Order: sequence, then structure tokens, then C-alpha cells
Amino acid sequence: MVHIHRQTKSATVNPLKSSQPLGAALAFLGVDGAIPLFHGSQGCTSFALVLCVRHFKETIPLQTTAMDELATVLGGAAHLEEAILNLKKRANPRLIGICTTALVETRSEDFASQIANIKRVRAEELAGMEIVLANTPDFDGGLEEGWARAVAAMIQRITLPGQQAPRSKKATLIERIKGPSKQPWKRKKVAILPGWHLTVADIEQLREMVESFGLKPVIMPDVSGSLDGTVPDRWMPNTYGGTSIEDIQQLGTAVQCIAIGEHMRRPAQLLQKLTGVPYVLVQSLTGLKNVDRFVSLLSEISGVPAPAKIHRRRSQLQDALLDGHFHFAGKKIAIAAEPDQLYQFATFFTGLGAEIISAVTTTGESEILEKVPAESVHIGDLGDFEDLAGGADLLVTHSHGRQAAERLGIPLLRVGFPVFDRLGSQHKLTVLYRGTRDLIFEAANIIQANQHAPSPESIDALRKRRNAE
Amino acid sequence: MSSLNVKIQDVFNEPACERNRSKASNVRNKGCSKPLTPGAAAGGCAFDGAKIVLQPITDVAHLVHAPLACEGNSWDNRGTASSGPTLWRTSFTTDLTEQDIVTGNSERKLFKAIRQIKEAYAPPAIFVYATCVTALIGDDIEAVCKRAEETCGLPVVPINAPGFVGSKNLGNKLAGEALLDHVIGTVEPDDAGPYDINILGEFNLSGEFWFVKPLLDRLGIRVRACIPGDARYLDIASAHRARAAMLVCSTALINLARKMEERWDIPFFEGSFYGITATSEALRQIAELLVKKGTDQEILDRTDTLIAEEEAIAWKKLEEYRPRLEGKRVLINTGGVKSWSLVHALMEIGMEIVGTSVKKSTVEDKERIRQALKDEHQMFESMAPRELYALLSEHKADIMLSGGRTQFIALKAKMPWVDINQERHRPYAGYDGMVELVRQIDLAIHNPVWSQVREPAPWEDRPATKEQLPSTRRDTDTTRVAPSKSRQARCR
Repeated sequence: MVHIHRQTKSATVNPLKSSQPLGAALAFLGVDGAIPLFHGSQGCTSFALVLCVRHFKETIPLQTTAMDELATVLGGAAHLEEAILNLKKRANPRLIGICTTALVETRSEDFASQIANIKRVRAEELAGMEIVLANTPDFDGGLEEGWARAVAAMIQRITLPGQQAPRSKKATLIERIKGPSKQPWKRKKVAILPGWHLTVADIEQLREMVESFGLKPVIMPDVSGSLDGTVPDRWMPNTYGGTSIEDIQQLGTAVQCIAIGEHMRRPAQLLQKLTGVPYVLVQSLTGLKNVDRFVSLLSEISGVPAPAKIHRRRSQLQDALLDGHFHFAGKKIAIAAEPDQLYQFATFFTGLGAEIISAVTTTGESEILEKVPAESVHIGDLGDFEDLAGGADLLVTHSHGRQAAERLGIPLLRVGFPVFDRLGSQHKLTVLYRGTRDLIFEAANIIQANQHAPSPESIDALRKRRNAE
Repeated sequence: MSSLNVKIQDVFNEPACERNRSKASNVRNKGCSKPLTPGAAAGGCAFDGAKIVLQPITDVAHLVHAPLACEGNSWDNRGTASSGPTLWRTSFTTDLTEQDIVTGNSERKLFKAIRQIKEAYAPPAIFVYATCVTALIGDDIEAVCKRAEETCGLPVVPINAPGFVGSKNLGNKLAGEALLDHVIGTVEPDDAGPYDINILGEFNLSGEFWFVKPLLDRLGIRVRACIPGDARYLDIASAHRARAAMLVCSTALINLARKMEERWDIPFFEGSFYGITATSEALRQIAELLVKKGTDQEILDRTDTLIAEEEAIAWKKLEEYRPRLEGKRVLINTGGVKSWSLVHALMEIGMEIVGTSVKKSTVEDKERIRQALKDEHQMFESMAPRELYALLSEHKADIMLSGGRTQFIALKAKMPWVDINQERHRPYAGYDGMVELVRQIDLAIHNPVWSQVREPAPWEDRPATKEQLPSTRRDTDTTRVAPSKSRQARCR
């Protein structure tokens, strides 16, 4: 049984967490034609924006309601309205995703009714645009919670309820509009709700695999369309690519929903409640057995056996496991990450014979923490991580772990968000057979690169025994 | 009116600010920052500004009293360099939870956090930053700091610049006020000398002040305090014993410079280390101010000699770039006095300035730029991303020099770009810094990637036919398919 240590100190030292509204913004960025809007002071947005730009190396459309002192005292409804109208006028997005911050949540106004009011009064000006509200105060949760709340908010707001077979009247109507020929592929349609920790490359790989079973995946959010680093031929004030609003509306026509990561359980449950689409929760897509289960699931849904290239990839992973396990066996690994990512990487490393000597995470709410293969999990920061990681062979966390790595003299595998001092983090594959294979290579190479040549002192058993006495 | 509001009014009323002097008194009280437009605002808040100014103080523990985002989303993101202590790069925040806020536990948590830091790190001082939420719930950080100072026995400095009071610039100035109120003049140095100066508003980005400091060393001039770049707490606490000061980033710390002159009779001038002539001018003015304060005249000659030597070396090095850069068109998109001296040096080696922003430039600077450019339309206050993109993608410039905010506008328009703002990774101050900048411009413009990324894929231009062999010839009369279209097709 994992022992979970709560945070007891007063000063957080070197935060591990990124804020909840930032997580929500990332989710909105996976939707086509979207602009996330932070309801707070302009610094809230500025900090998040700079961090996103440093991570993605892209322009990130992120706006602010620019709350000032007066609005903070009197209420922010006017600022919210002005921001929405300005964005509509300037950028004409398909969706504005409002992420509330600690500042406005501390005042605690009724944002939902304010938005409803704005929509009613400004109906004409705001026609054709969705406004979704995610309540995401910074004093609660982290990236996981923010992302999941934004996804749930989009399902709640945009997805048409009650469409799963047996077909409701509404669905029949849609079928009539779309024509009967559409019906066959809907039986093949799978809704996928990935967690925030899947990279652009992960989503691309996931889509390819699902499609290889003849299934039609609708991935929401889909950062592979919007944050994959391309060069468009004109200036874009909002996201381009990503899940379309129409696809979010039609999520209910899927035969099956697959949620990836424990934090996606709530959005998946909500989708099921609204539309009847059943969900399966996949806790990790990294590691041979996890991927095997996923492939079996796809085979079951589609009624099609796994295609030859998947056999080939599995075989490559088997070989990587064989070649790689020497480098991992008995190694001590220290991981600091949000709960689902912690689980993903902890099980990956223990699956190769390594041991997790310290596991630090951001919040204690997630049920996945009970399953982390470590003696204990600390809710804490990178200061705790540095204290606990001494003697490890490899540190695993985001770029802010670089100072700890330097001071401890232990190499660092950069995963998660933010990764600002290495290029291509979004194109790093971490899931399915291929991603697991790549991770084995990357981690093993880091470990190999930091091996010390044997010396008489390091080998001499008698000397060691003497020192121990 | 709260003490913070009094402070803000005081800062807005800055008499040494050239821009401010030209305004009517009622306008002046509104401050220099434009009101923020919801949904169309960019830039940091007052807390951000305060942190930018103070965080480079290397041996101080900077504790942010806030929920996670204020510090968690922004720590360790600046490229200022330290010659020793690293504590400033360790992030401290009270990381307030809902529980802390609801139960009114936040002041107690702050006090405990100060004690925890004192015990674990024993820094010479702790700076405590107020933020929106802690100001909103009415935490009295001044009182907490005072009590902590008494119990812990080290300076605990309240920095009262919550985000919602205004812009980054206001925060810069409030940070200066905090130094005046709590730090400068609290320690008497035992080594004050006639050649001691302060440099204000120099951030030592990428260590660039180390291009300048050796020059001052050669002149026998000692930097008592460089605020904030590579500063240590005691340097700043004893900065009031300097004889003269140079103000580098005037919009950030002009109030600090003026009040130090008022209180401790430290005369200052506004100068810049960006560009050859600007650097020479700065050195000369430092020497002149010291002489005015009674230092031996001979320093003027020594300074002139040094300037002559260093300028000759720098121009000689720059001349090597002339053949490669002559006639190349530069677009400069950044604020501050650096615009003018940059314009001058780049024109000197034959580059053409097709535009420059003058957002934060003084009236004097603007006039100099106007004369140099001969065309007023080349000067602009600021430019919307869409306009800037259009200008760049039509190849009306060969390179853009700007800050990180517009980096991807240039890159997406497939335009060479060099970072000249605070996030940059290269030192550009002083004579050698200018040579380094020109070298970077040369490397950027002549990088082989441009010819690769600007050409469309050869197979995009013509229909595939079996007979055709690969060739480098391009058809120009066919339209190219927009990459985004093919992508959208995939996404559907």
C-alpha cells in the first residue's frame, strides 16, 4: 500500500505544479479556432503565455480580461463582457474558453449567469461563437484538474445530449440531415479523451493506431492539429487545427469513449451521462502490457484483428525491452510529476526492473496515486524532490528540475510541462509500442552517458566493507 | 487613501520623467501606462514588474505570497547572470490553497514561511511580494514582515505591488520605492571612495554588464551597486554612499535615481551601453559627473584615451561585416533608448533602417532617429501582430530585431530574427557587445535555412506525372497549395 505524505511546510520551494487555469488553457488550445481567455489580472495571462511560448516555441493565443483594482473591488462582469466582445471583433474565434483565476474566484462572482447574460444581451454580435466557462482557481488543483475541467465544460456546453444508439429522435434528425450513408462509420466512431500529458506526437500515433483498425477516432482535445509547430501561410490570431466544434457537438454519436488517464474519468462520465456513450478508462498507454490491453480493446470495438504493422511494432518493443533492461535493472529512479504522469513513468521504469526511490506529485486528490509502484508518494514541490532524490541514478521531471539535477549531479530526463530548455518536447513520443520503445532508448542513453568508468576504489570490496564498519 | 495608493500617485507624478513633464497635471496623475483593454491586452502586471526589478538581487530569498500561479508559472525565467550566489534562482511561494484563504490562515502561513526560509537558507534578507489575492483578502504584509524581522533577526522587506494595481512599468517603480523605503541607506560601508558609482536599471542580461565593468575597472571606477544586475543585498543597502549614478533603463527606475539624488546628493544621468557611441558617451558622462563631485580632473583624459582605443578596435571589427551587411534592411521593434544607439551603429556599417519603434524613447531620441531616418513614417509607436506579419512576409525587411513577444511573427513569416530584449541569451552591451550583435545579425541573415524554408515543395507546384524526373526547376505560374488546407483536410 502506497503511503501518501501530505505537504506540511509553509513555503513551497521550487514549485512542481503549474496552475490550474493554465491546464484549462492547454485543453482549449486543442480546439480549432479557439482562444482561451483568463479572467484575472493581466499578469495571470502574461506568465502563463510566456511559459507556453517557452514550451511550445509557438505563438499562443491567450487573452486576459485585464482586471484592475476598480474591477477587483466592484466586480468583473464588465471586463468579461468587454473582453469577449473585443475578441469576437478582432479575431472572430469559434470558441472562447474562459478560465477563471484565483483573483476572480476569491471574489467569487456568479460567472455562469454573467456569461448567460452577456450572451443574451449581445446575442447578435456573438452569433456563431461558443463560450465555455471552466472554473479553475489557481489555489486549487494543477494542470490535470484544469485540463479535465475544461474538457468537461466543453462537453457540458457543446456536446448535443442523448444521441447514442438506440437512436433518439434527435439523432434520427441528424441522420436525416447528414444522410443515411453516414450511419455505417458512426458505428466505427470512437471518442477519445486524452489527458494533458499526451504530446503532439502521442496524439498523432494514437490516431494512426486507432485508424489502422478501421475505426474513426474523434480526439478531444486534439493538440496534434493545433500545437504541432507548422508554418501557416497567413497570420492566425487563434488556434488553427484541433478538434472542430462540430466534432465536439457530435461526440454522442460514437460507439465507445476511451479516456486516457485517471483525471479524464470525470469528463468521460459526463459524456456517458449526457449521451449514453460508454467509456473505458485507460490509466496508462506506456509499457507493453498497457498497450496490449489497449490494442485488444480496439480489436474488440472494431471486430478486426490487429494489422500486421502493429505486430511489427510490438515485436520492436519486445526487442527494445530485451536490449534495454540491462540498463534499468536495479536502477534508482526519482520522479516528480502530476499524478497520471507519475503513474505512467513509475510503471514504465518498474516494468524494466528499476526501482522508484522517490515519487513527488502535485495534488493528493487523484485515485491513481494508490497504484503508483513506490513505497510512498509525497505531495510537494521540487524542493522536496531534491531532498528525496539523493542517490538516484536518474531524475524524471520537467525542465525546472534542472537546478536540482545540477546540484545533485544526477542526470535528468525531461518530461511533462514545461520543457523550455530542450527542443521538440511536443514531438517526443511517450505512448504505445513505439513511444515505449523510444523512451527505453532515451532513458537508457541518458543512463549510459553518465556511467562512471570503474576504478580500483569503486570496485574494491574489502575497502568498501572497511568503510562501512 | 491607502498607503499603496499614495505611493502610486507619487510614482506617477515623477518630475524627472521627460514624458511626464510634457503632460498636463490632471493627465499626469493617471500615470504613463495606458488603460488596459480587456481582450486586447498584452504584457505583465505590477507584480511582474516588481519582480523583474528585484529578483536579480542574487543572494536574497524572494518569497511570493500568493496562490500558485504568480510564482509557479513564472519562476526561473529570466536570463540575468550572477557572479556568485544562486539563491535568487530558488523559488519561494506560500502557494496558498483554498483552505488557507477561507480559514484566514494566510498571514500565519506567510510568517511561518519566512521562518522556514531563514532556518533553511539563512539569506542576508528576504523580500516578500504581495499579490492580487493576498491584497484582496487584506493581508497586511507590512505588519507580518515587521514582526518576522524582529523575531528572525534579518531584514524582511515587503514589496507591495499587487498585479491589479497596474502595469509592469508601475511595478518597476514600486520596486524602486521599496528599495528606497527599506534597503538603501540601511548599511554604512567602511570602504566608500571617490570613484564609487551606482548603475541603475542595468539587469546584467546574459552577463552583458561584464563587457562594461572591465572598462570601468581600467578607469579605476568602482561600481558600488549595480541595481539590480548581479547585485547583492549589502551592495544595495550601502548604495547611498556612491558619488554618482548612471540610469540605464530610464522608464523602470527613474524615481529611484531622482530620489537618491534628493536624499543623498548622488547626481545621475540617463545613458545606455547599447551601441558604440552610446557606450563612449556613457563612460564620458560618468567621468564628468565624478569630476563635478570633486574627483581628480585627470580621469577625463584617461577616459578619452580609453574610448579612443576601444572605439578604434570596435569599428575595425565592425568594418569586417560591412561587405556582408551593407544595404541590408533592418526592422527594429523594441522600446527604450537602445533604439537610437542601435540605429546609429547599424547605419554606420551601411545597413538600412526600414523602421523602428519608438514606444519608450524620449523626445530627444525620437528627434535624433527622425533626423537619421529622413522619413518619419519609418517610426512607429507599436504595430499589431497582423500588420507586422504582413510587412515581414512581403519581404520589406531582411531582418527584424525585437523581443520574444514578436519572435514567432518573424519566424512564421520566414524572416531572420535576432532577440534584443530581456529574454535573449547573448550579451550585447558595450563595445564588444555591439560587435557580438552585428555578428549575430550576420549569422541570422546568412543562415542557409532561409532558402530552404522559403521555397515551396517542388512536388507541390505541378501535377505528378510518371515521366517527370526530379528536377530543381520551378514553375512559377502555378499556384501553390496552402499547407494549412491539406492539414485541415486531415483533421476533419
